[in-house]
Amino acid sequence: MKVHEHQGKEILRKFGVTTPRGKVAFSVDEAVAAANELGGNIWVVKAQIHAGGRGKGGGVKLARSIDEVREHADAILGMQLITHQTGPEGQKVRRLYIEEGCDIARELYVGALLDRAVGRIVIMASREGGMDIEEVAANTPELIHKVWIDPAEGFQGYHARQLAFALGLEGKAQLRAAGTFFKGLYDAYMAYDCSLAEINPLVVTGSGDVIALDAKLNFDDNALYRHPDVLAMRDLDEEDASEVEAGEHGLSFIKLDGSIGCLVNGAGLAMATMDTIKLFGAEPANFLDVGGGATAEKVAAAFGIITSDPAVKAIFVNIFGGIMKCDVIAEGVITAVKTTGLDMPLVVRLEGTNVELGKKMLAESGLNILAAGSMADGAKMAVAAVGGAT
Amino acid sequence: MSILVNKDTRLLVQGITGKHGSFHTGQAMEYGTTVVGGVVPGKGGQTSSHGVPIFNTVREAVAATGANATSIYVPPPFAADAILEAIDAEIPVIIAITEGIPVTDMLTVQRALESSDSRLVGPNCPGVITPGECKIGIMPGHIHKAGKVGVLSRSGTLTYEAVGQLTALGIGQSTCVGIGGDPIIGTKFLDVIKLFAEDDDTIAFIMIGEIGGSAEEEGAAWIKANLKGKPVVGFIAGQTAPPGRRMGHAGAIVSGGQGTAAGKMEAMTDAGIAVVESPSDMGITMEKLLAERGLLEIARA
Repeated sequence: MKVHEHQGKEILRKFGVTTPRGKVAFSVDEAVAAANELGGNIWVVKAQIHAGGRGKGGGVKLARSIDEVREHADAILGMQLITHQTGPEGQKVRRLYIEEGCDIARELYVGALLDRAVGRIVIMASREGGMDIEEVAANTPELIHKVWIDPAEGFQGYHARQLAFALGLEGKAQLRAAGTFFKGLYDAYMAYDCSLAEINPLVVTGSGDVIALDAKLNFDDNALYRHPDVLAMRDLDEEDASEVEAGEHGLSFIKLDGSIGCLVNGAGLAMATMDTIKLFGAEPANFLDVGGGATAEKVAAAFGIITSDPAVKAIFVNIFGGIMKCDVIAEGVITAVKTTGLDMPLVVRLEGTNVELGKKMLAESGLNILAAGSMADGAKMAVAAVGGAT
Repeated sequence: MSILVNKDTRLLVQGITGKHGSFHTGQAMEYGTTVVGGVVPGKGGQTSSHGVPIFNTVREAVAATGANATSIYVPPPFAADAILEAIDAEIPVIIAITEGIPVTDMLTVQRALESSDSRLVGPNCPGVITPGECKIGIMPGHIHKAGKVGVLSRSGTLTYEAVGQLTALGIGQSTCVGIGGDPIIGTKFLDVIKLFAEDDDTIAFIMIGEIGGSAEEEGAAWIKANLKGKPVVGFIAGQTAPPGRRMGHAGAIVSGGQGTAAGKMEAMTDAGIAVVESPSDMGITMEKLLAERGLLEIARA
């Protein structure tokens, strides 16, 4: 799960991380009021969307007067902000974060995440703040300094010193501030079950303060049950409506751009089904995993979600029954087709226990269902049904 | 004949009275697995519906039954604790089926495994089966056939797909290992590849990976340098997965250009693995490789 910058900062502040003072605003008037309350003579008006790259897309503006705050807030609020992470259609800006300005001397990068290769949290730091860290990692990996944290040992002072010296921080005050920052970042990561905590940029101010100017916190979905305060921060406007609905039915669903809807049990098989469709020349409309044990209710909900996408021209159901019996799945498919009144080609491939019975039920249902013998055959039939390879 | 589990495996089930634990214990016993005990805190002294004695702690269960393997069906909030308890009781093989364990919990498990001789398979995996001898996990037993080709995979149903294809071609399996779809797993591709390499009765294997992480690349590099004479067929799921999106499994995500299907397929091809583009070709490609090396008759024996 993702949260907005202002929410991420709210969490980090609880752990001693210094951020600029700021206020969230949902209207132009609120933005102006926020700037007035913050005081000072320079503010930053920041679009709050979940995607990164907001600055380059024109979603972050400096204001040197209250009039400029009003002007920028008016321009940014409601705009379709397009960044490299939003896709070409962009994301509508529904809220702003108004922050006090900050005297930036240096911009640094710091990120914490899981290093899967070793099963440890790694903290990465680079002097190239504000840059796309993926680019730095690809071109000049030697400029990224990494520290791995042993969970039995926890975050220690030497971790912070290694990172701080690697970043070229100097003097007692900066080192102390960096120590507080790094420990706070790690503690927040662990306490809140983050999957990513990225500060880009972390800035050193003219007076030597160390401040998190941006904050991107992602959370481990599997741990949200123990963080109701994070769940309360969820912004459904930032998520795809069909994906939200699928989640409510316990389905794992991701919308894609193709024309063949996929209904599969198991994540690996679901990906493999998409790949097979592509291999035979068409594009999948979605990833959909109904789970290892596909129930009739889940299958019915999945049909509803798939058919609500107007781009879908055919559906490919690919179920490896396993312990779940094929006749039960066939019944689920038949019920779902009858209730949703499906009006497009449906290819079904069933495998597993009672497969013959399942196939017989589909054939005798009187419904227009194409039975496939294998995953490849099913994919070919679905591709043919949408007019062949594109 | 196999790796990890066999006819001498004496299995515990942690969470034996839960819905999944109970159902799959019944399935495993029906298949012929020797289930010697269950562990449910607070239900020690009782007997499960399958007639299996229940213990309060894993240590008690091991002392009473001589168990040498355990399976974990405990719900996600308590599953890491259950794995740690099994490590503490020095059980050699721990198979965690539970899906949805928080990563920070698994950091602690990973650390405990490093100073232990226990081997963890999973979590978020279908389990391990040595056909005809021992089934631990949620895979359908009847699609398997005892034999000499290994299968290892991060995915459940895609493993069944490979097994189903092999069995249909008359090719049996030595052991099938689902290593799991999470970001932190106890046993990685490389670990199982080494076990298959050393196992005299595994003459070839199928390796099924997916996007995310670099475990397939590590396995492929080892195969390139060390594996001689055992044909390997490979498939990577997620060639069409959009970057930055988690595809069902918590660990199936391409991030920062890392963990792509293309990169994994290239590394595997470079290691001499026969990488198939269509998952429907896993079985027939294995059949072809075995035939080329004169191993098909042995594989069908």
